[in-house]
Amino acid sequence: MTRGDATPAPLVLVVDDVDHGREIFAEYLEFRGFRVATAADGLEALEKAFELLPDVILMDLSLPGIDGWEATRRLKQDDRTRDIPIIALTAHALAAAHDKAREVGCNAVVTKPCLPKDLEQEVRRQLEAKATE
Amino acid sequence: MVSLAHLDVLPPPRPRGGGTSSKAKLGLVSALLAEEDARPCAVVALRWLVRHAGVERAVCAVADSESGRLVGLTGIGVPAASIDAFSLDLGDRTHPLVVALSGGEPVVFPDSSQPLLRAAETPLGNLSFHAVPLGSSRDEIGPGLLLLTGLAEGPVSDDVHWVAELLGVRLASLWYRRAQTEERRHKRERSWLFSIINAVTDPILLTDVDGRILVANAGAEMLLTAGEDKREGWRRAVALNNMLFSASLFTNTSGPTRRELLLVDPSEGRDLLFEVLSTPVPIRLGETGVVSVLRNVTDLRRATEEIEENYRRLRVAEAATRAERDRLDLILNSVLDPILVTDAEGNIARMNPPAERMFTFPPGKRNVEVERRVRSNDAVFTSFVSSLYAGQGRHWRRSLSLIDPQTGATVPVEAISGKVASKHGEEAAIVTILHDLTEAEEKARLYEQVKRHSDELRERVREATAELAEQNELLRRQAFQLEQASAMKSQFLANVSHELRTPLNAIMGYTHLMLEGVSGEMTRAQHDKLGRIDANARHLLAVINDLLDIARIESGKMPVQIERVLLPELIDEVMTEVEPVIAGTRLAVNRMLAPELPEIETDRQKVKQIVLNLLSNALKFTPEGSVSIRLEHEHGSGEILIAVTDTGIGVAEENQKTIFEAFEQANSSYARRQGGTGLGLSICRRLAHTLDGRITLVSRLGEGSTFTLYLPSKPRTA
Repeated sequence: MTRGDATPAPLVLVVDDVDHGREIFAEYLEFRGFRVATAADGLEALEKAFELLPDVILMDLSLPGIDGWEATRRLKQDDRTRDIPIIALTAHALAAAHDKAREVGCNAVVTKPCLPKDLEQEVRRQLEAKATE
Repeated sequence: MVSLAHLDVLPPPRPRGGGTSSKAKLGLVSALLAEEDARPCAVVALRWLVRHAGVERAVCAVADSESGRLVGLTGIGVPAASIDAFSLDLGDRTHPLVVALSGGEPVVFPDSSQPLLRAAETPLGNLSFHAVPLGSSRDEIGPGLLLLTGLAEGPVSDDVHWVAELLGVRLASLWYRRAQTEERRHKRERSWLFSIINAVTDPILLTDVDGRILVANAGAEMLLTAGEDKREGWRRAVALNNMLFSASLFTNTSGPTRRELLLVDPSEGRDLLFEVLSTPVPIRLGETGVVSVLRNVTDLRRATEEIEENYRRLRVAEAATRAERDRLDLILNSVLDPILVTDAEGNIARMNPPAERMFTFPPGKRNVEVERRVRSNDAVFTSFVSSLYAGQGRHWRRSLSLIDPQTGATVPVEAISGKVASKHGEEAAIVTILHDLTEAEEKARLYEQVKRHSDELRERVREATAELAEQNELLRRQAFQLEQASAMKSQFLANVSHELRTPLNAIMGYTHLMLEGVSGEMTRAQHDKLGRIDANARHLLAVINDLLDIARIESGKMPVQIERVLLPELIDEVMTEVEPVIAGTRLAVNRMLAPELPEIETDRQKVKQIVLNLLSNALKFTPEGSVSIRLEHEHGSGEILIAVTDTGIGVAEENQKTIFEAFEQANSSYARRQGGTGLGLSICRRLAHTLDGRITLVSRLGEGSTFTLYLPSKPRTA
């Protein structure tokens, strides 16, 4: 809906191994005017991140193969992707999972279930935080 | 001294013969020869002179070489006392009689050529007399003088000369023989004397006044003389002894004295104490010597000292014995148990007062019964003691049964006896102490009882302990299993939570997409139904979250962060959060904060969760009226209390306890309408416990409730 503006809309990489998880957030964010890319596992997430250099990454933590914590750790160690805000998205409600996510470099942790509009608010907050840096 | 050896034979007749008949002269000669002693000889001669030569009175004096004096021997017509008194010093050479003695010729007294003799100087007084020397004229000093009166003046007759010469020779001969005999006798006596004084072990010596030794016996020589053959030490000791002895003499020269003198034994060098008895004696003309007898009193002194010491010891020992006996009496009398001392004959020698009570008749009025008991006791004791004398060993211990003389009660005693021997090993006494066993037996009985009970108790305790141990083991195993089960439950819940959240995320997500119109416009009916889906999904999420909280608290995984918390601020935050809810009601909501509330140490987030929950519940379950939140400080306990009071539906008394259990709501249908999960209070109470606090409820059905959270100023675990 904001396509055609002078500045392109922010690109959000949505990583989730569950199809409907990806679909809900991707659809909603596109509906809200973001550009969206998706990845279904850690490896794909890393490839897409290095290739597209998105503005924000929504990272599910429980992923087959390279999991969300590991992917985040690698992205935060790489100069190209270090400054991309990563919002961890998890169905784990225990503090331990959240703490581990922050340790590897996640900028925020959001617990599922999460209303798409709440997620959008978090994405915008991260983008603003990045912009004011 | 005059030697008379050559006069042992009769002299030849003088050439001047007298007129007297030869027969008379021969009679005199034979008479003189017949006499063996001087005095009868002289008497015979003097008688002859009176009869035949006209002599009236006559005295015969002899020179005694021993004493050096001319002494009267006998006389005729002269008093015996005068003759005995006559004594003339031969040393006085100027005396007319001494001159006459040595002149060889008769001299007439008084005479113009001779000085006058005083009447006292001769036995003949004032009478004139002829002094005729005895013996021959060859003698330098004759053996004596004849003093004769009645002779005519002028030269004496031949008869007188003849008698003088004859008597002189005879006397000299007798003198010589006597002298020889005396000499032998003296020698013998001297040797006896020496034997005697040598036989005396005490040193005896004769010294001059300067201490030079004249005569000494063996004992004295040992102390005071030393030959060249003696060693140096000996000689020095002797020199020292001489010095000490002389010094003691020098200060004690007048009269007999007795004194103590310390000398050195030259042979052993030890000190000897002597008692010295000194007596001055004349030793020769004009000289005095000292006879000293030394009596060794060293041993005597020592013996005296020893006796004194022994006496002193005896006194001390006596005193000690007396003190010992007094102390013994004191000890005996202070012992409460009866003590008896029995002598070798078995008679009681001593008793202390407790023994007297048992074994003697009490003073005062006689009591037949008491005396019978005393006699009985005595018999028991006597029998016991006599068995001891018969037996061996030194100590015994036996139980006896006595009777208290006053009360008649049986007194069981333990008799402990010991034989006491004298120093010489004779058995002197038996000491017996009677120990009252009444109390001991009672104690023993009680002890047995106590012991039996104690044993029973111990057995029970042992059984109980075993049971307890078994139970403990069971419990421990159960606890372990429970812990494991709890951990598994927590993990299970966490997993369930995760697995529920994922589809719930899809449900809520899609619902949300449709409600937001992402998938296009919907009818009102569709929108309402999606709204129901959304509400139920949220409720499901709340339930899942609460369950997870409970699981976390129970597994101890709920992190607690203690910090200083100002509660009024926290209440403000809570009020702000529930503001939208309050706005949707018509309830009056009050805050009552006590002034000067202190900060407390607690977990801010959890307190907030509890207060939020309580306030939400109050708002939920109060259709109308008011809700108030009150904050107070309990000064006594230091606790802070947060009370939430409402005028709501209240909780029935029978539900007030179970309301804190999970899924318990007093009015389930109403609660569900209000969107509660049924887990809120359960979580609140668990959280309060986590913070060492508690939650109480005061409520009445239909009138409202007050939930109060009590928090300590600081958790115990912090």
